[in-house]
Amino acid sequence: MKVKCVLYPYLIWMGIFVIVPLALIIVFAFTSSTGTFTLENLIDVGRYSTVFLNSVILGIISTVICLILGYPMAYFISGIHIKHQNVIIMLLMIPMWTSFLLRTYAWMTILEYNGLLNKLFTFIGIPKINMINTPGAIVLGMVYNFLPYMILPIYTVLSKIDHKVVEAAQDLGANQFKVFTKVVFPMSIPGVVSGFTMVFVPSVSTFIISKMLGGGSIFVIGDLIEMQFLGNTYNPHMGSAISLVLMVIIMITMGIMNVLDADNENVVI
Amino acid sequence: MYKKIKSPIISLEKINISFNNESILKDLSLAIKEGEFVTLLGPSGCGKTTTLRIIAGFLTPDSGNVLFRGEKINNVPAHKREVNTIFQKYALFPHLNVYENVAFGMRIQKKSEQEIEKKVSEMLKMVNLSNYIDRNIDSLSGGQQQRVAIARALANNPKVLLLDEPLGALDLKLRKDMQTELKNIHQKTGITFILVTHDQEEALSMSDTVVVMDKGRIQQIGTPEDIYNEPENAFVADFIGESNIIDGIMLEDYRVKFSGREFDCIDKGFGRMKPIDVVIRPEDIKVTTPENGYISGKVTSVTFKGVHNEIIVDVDGFKWMIQTTESQEPGDEIGMIVYPDDIHIMNKSSYSSEIGDYSAFSDEFYEEQHQKS
Repeated sequence: MKVKCVLYPYLIWMGIFVIVPLALIIVFAFTSSTGTFTLENLIDVGRYSTVFLNSVILGIISTVICLILGYPMAYFISGIHIKHQNVIIMLLMIPMWTSFLLRTYAWMTILEYNGLLNKLFTFIGIPKINMINTPGAIVLGMVYNFLPYMILPIYTVLSKIDHKVVEAAQDLGANQFKVFTKVVFPMSIPGVVSGFTMVFVPSVSTFIISKMLGGGSIFVIGDLIEMQFLGNTYNPHMGSAISLVLMVIIMITMGIMNVLDADNENVVI
Repeated sequence: MYKKIKSPIISLEKINISFNNESILKDLSLAIKEGEFVTLLGPSGCGKTTTLRIIAGFLTPDSGNVLFRGEKINNVPAHKREVNTIFQKYALFPHLNVYENVAFGMRIQKKSEQEIEKKVSEMLKMVNLSNYIDRNIDSLSGGQQQRVAIARALANNPKVLLLDEPLGALDLKLRKDMQTELKNIHQKTGITFILVTHDQEEALSMSDTVVVMDKGRIQQIGTPEDIYNEPENAFVADFIGESNIIDGIMLEDYRVKFSGREFDCIDKGFGRMKPIDVVIRPEDIKVTTPENGYISGKVTSVTFKGVHNEIIVDVDGFKWMIQTTESQEPGDEIGMIVYPDDIHIMNKSSYSSEIGDYSAFSDEFYEEQHQKS
């Protein structure tokens, strides 16, 4: 009974800030500006399918890059002395103490046509490269901002793997490579799945990064939703419908990841 | 012509190893014969697990040689050695089911699916787990996980099986069953078994040869009977079973003096007037009246142990332990009779001064009694 009492504030919080907004989104998505039920908003979302596709592709690219960069990093951290592990994890966290906006602004000044990087290029005699306002800049921004969310869950899973299991694999004839492919990697899949989710979800729905580093070169879902609520085309019903579709897309992706995870429990890679 | 002596399957020659400047093994030498069931027995920190890990290939000694059938294998990595290990907490692969756990080694060797299937079912049948072939590791009990670990290790056809306190995590009843089972598997397969344990009973009941270790050194190697009946020093006598270890003087061959009295004994070769340690097992002491006893003392405590009573007797300040079926009361004066057969003489060692009588034991007992009341 005591436990339940402790839960109440949390439940109230969840109710006000999660359930109610969610319900509002659903209500808005299915109503017109006059307040009558309609499917028009949802049908209209189809017009923006290219925007959705762009966002999902950018999200997948960033997530995969995060995985490729993050997994070796997590593997490396989990293998070193515990004291050094804590230091490196700390170093990973420190940038997150600075505002997300500020860090993205910093990238703007680095990538600008007359920014730091191009100044360096001119200095060493390389012609200037147009970096800002490209899809590449958006991906860079996403990878930079979300990489820790890939590293941390993988690191957590890897560091929990009992060293005896690794020894058991060696004992049964597995060399270092086989130990990794047959034991360590399969056992770390839950970490990969949660890292994938934690990077993919914000990547797909971000609008700040695409706005600041993409400069409108690519229109993503985040921009679209923002426009419906804060922009010229003020239309919260349309915005809610787009949000709803985005949520469904994310839920489907997560569902697929979970199925993959469950399958892997019995599959030998 | 010399008769060709079969070389041992595993030999350790003058092994030294230290961690953080602390010496763990000191000049350890040991030869293990093919097909033998050897137990490394000792208290925690004695170096027994380190010895096992050196044989398995997880540790490289600082100096000394590890030989497999006469060939030096110091630098052969674990995955290339023909030994397999059963780990203390089984270390099964949690992401694989029972079948894949047992098949793991063969998959690494790229054996055919048919061969793997045949071997896995054979192994699982041996450990009575045929019905659990598709089960997840998490859904198995400790005893079942233990059996999977045995099957997994044996499926690789090791020449030597290393067992690192494999029964430590099981409850008493299961442990006894598994002891019998392991012994049967040893007889059936003929594989050399090297077991590490701190449980002296397990060591005595399972092994052909017991290696008693302490402080990084081997204290005694022998059959279980030898170790129990003829302990080489006070440590072995104290560690294996209960013993009364008394200061004594060897007057001459077959004649020893302790507790202020001379006794006949069956040991010789210690010289004349030589200080020695005398071991007398608690079950070898007969209780009688003070007048008829060789030594007499006062009973300070009696503990009922089921099969027998454990009595602590104070003889001029030295506390003896006696195991007897006769019932006594604390405060009784009794006499003790010891026959020459039951007096075992040991040379003095560095342990002689450390290991004394049962006074600490009776103090503990006294405190326990008081806490209860």
